[in-house]
Amino acid sequence: MSDRDLDLLPEFHTSVQRFDKGSRIPGWDRAADLDKDPAEVPDPADTEVPAELRAEIEAEMARFPDIHSAAIPALFAVQRRDGWCTPEGIRQAACVMGVTPAYLTSVATFYDMLNTEPCGPRQVYVCTNISCSLCGADELLGLLQEELQGNEEVNLRGFECLGACDIAPMVSVDGVYVGPVPFDEVPELARQIVAGEDPLPGRQLVKRPSADPKVSGSAGPNPERSDA
Amino acid sequence: MTDLLLFKGIDEPGLNTIDVYERTGGYERLKKAFAMPHAELIEQLTDSGLRGRGGAGFSMGKKASFIPQGDMQKYVVCNADESEPGTFKDRELIQKNPHQLIEGVIIASYAVGATISFIYIRGEYAQQADILEAALVEARERGYLGENILGSGFSLDLQLYRGAGAYICGEETGLLDSLEGKRGNPRLKPPFPAVEGLYGGPTLINNVETLCTVPHIIDMGAKEYAAIGVQDSTGTKLVSISGNVKRPGNYEIELGTPSREIIYGLAGGPPDGREIKCWFPGGSSSPVLTADDLDLSYDFDTMAKAGSMLGSGAIIVVDDSNSVVDVAWKLAKFYTHESCGKCTPCREGTKWTQTMIERIKDGTATPMDLDIMASVQDQIIGHCLCVLGDAMAMPVGSLIAKFRDEFEAEIEEARQRRERELMGGVLA
Repeated sequence: MSDRDLDLLPEFHTSVQRFDKGSRIPGWDRAADLDKDPAEVPDPADTEVPAELRAEIEAEMARFPDIHSAAIPALFAVQRRDGWCTPEGIRQAACVMGVTPAYLTSVATFYDMLNTEPCGPRQVYVCTNISCSLCGADELLGLLQEELQGNEEVNLRGFECLGACDIAPMVSVDGVYVGPVPFDEVPELARQIVAGEDPLPGRQLVKRPSADPKVSGSAGPNPERSDA
Repeated sequence: MTDLLLFKGIDEPGLNTIDVYERTGGYERLKKAFAMPHAELIEQLTDSGLRGRGGAGFSMGKKASFIPQGDMQKYVVCNADESEPGTFKDRELIQKNPHQLIEGVIIASYAVGATISFIYIRGEYAQQADILEAALVEARERGYLGENILGSGFSLDLQLYRGAGAYICGEETGLLDSLEGKRGNPRLKPPFPAVEGLYGGPTLINNVETLCTVPHIIDMGAKEYAAIGVQDSTGTKLVSISGNVKRPGNYEIELGTPSREIIYGLAGGPPDGREIKCWFPGGSSSPVLTADDLDLSYDFDTMAKAGSMLGSGAIIVVDDSNSVVDVAWKLAKFYTHESCGKCTPCREGTKWTQTMIERIKDGTATPMDLDIMASVQDQIIGHCLCVLGDAMAMPVGSLIAKFRDEFEAEIEEARQRRERELMGGVLA
């Protein structure tokens, strides 16, 4: 065997890939400037918080025995305004709550629905977990990705189980569940998402009758899945 | 089959509004409960044999009896974080009959003496949360929530809390941390939430379906409820069936119904021309069963004896057109993504299991890797603060044990495919 042939054979001991500062995790230090002191609780005197955001967060703080419970609602409020959890928005929310921005950032990075990187304001999730993938969810995600390619308004993601396995494969468009989505209706769905229209009105989960034939008033057993 | 309880009239138009709910006997059970002493209420719940519907299957009455008596601030938290793959029963209950849940939470709060309670719903259920929020407003207006409810002297503040997308927040202590506004990391137990839970106070945490059942137990009495179902698995259960079946959906069954009747009778079985390869009896965390197990009675103890569990009552059917390696990979990938990273066996075990399954798929694995994978699963189980790692280790371990020949065949097939690609490069 020549040297050229040896290059083509698999490496048995693949060397570990290293990133910044020798870490095996890419971007582990992206959020932090290690030379700076951690940010303190923002001073209300030099932090301008829009009255609307302040009122929303304060109303949430009043709902709980401990104001820290308002962390997730406050981050959602920022995300609704900015499309994602912007550093500026987190700073403002931290100022209202009297916590450090780092505290809110630590919470934001834990949860899938809170975006800590710039993204489009429209949240579209395709469930790719076990039940949906058995019914073709990965193909559905691929088709939708093709249709929505280059659209910066839409944040399209494959998502973990969304709790709607009965309408697999399904899509959540800003919280509106639709399914089962036949592949030939994907272009129509993509058009509706971009136009901000009601997605596939005939296939929305909330309009679906119970599958249980014993339920009175139900339309009887659901029709069998067309693509099953 | 007995009459429907949880799903009774569930498709009636407007059942989510308080007028229709009251017309169908809603909130009458609350009045009946208020006439009972706390101890008797908890005794009723214990005698009913109701076991938690969220996954662990622990006696609800017993759990409630662990809440200490005294003047300290106590809490009831309803777990509506339903994230277990395959499970979608709570979604339908909340969406179509939110007042049934609210009534259940009020009764449970009254039974343990909690004056502040929460419903923690997963953030993805935005429409369901809106419906529940509207129902809470109605209940407050009618005086079922707030100060001195119906003149009973009992006051309750019930708040809705929307999560933000994390499977681990369905674990009770992870949920509590999330509700306190932190990252949803599970806590070390003991102390259990009943002693030291939300904000450090005694906390009763129950699943949506469990709490929805409470008004029915009060209504019919513990004895009559316990007569439904089988020994140690009393009552009815909502079963979510999904995957390769003709009629996926939620069905209310009597516990102890044969599994075949549920999968073939209610859900229509796999598509024509297909056979069942394996099925998960209780969500993706439960060890898989095969077509040989279809005649087992669907109840807590029988599923446990068969080496699996009833879990959340979510049946996922996998037919013979699917590769078990793909199924195992999906599972491992999910649990890797959702591991909070606190305990090493889970954080590393899930990640390495996923990586090793990927090696099978790209042709760089050997049959020996299956033994290593199986040993990784053994090392995860029981070695973490919560059971998320176990939830991957159990189904993946059972897939390897029951379908080892298929894994080996796929390893060999992928290896040959890769070799052909590499040799093709050499020959070119």
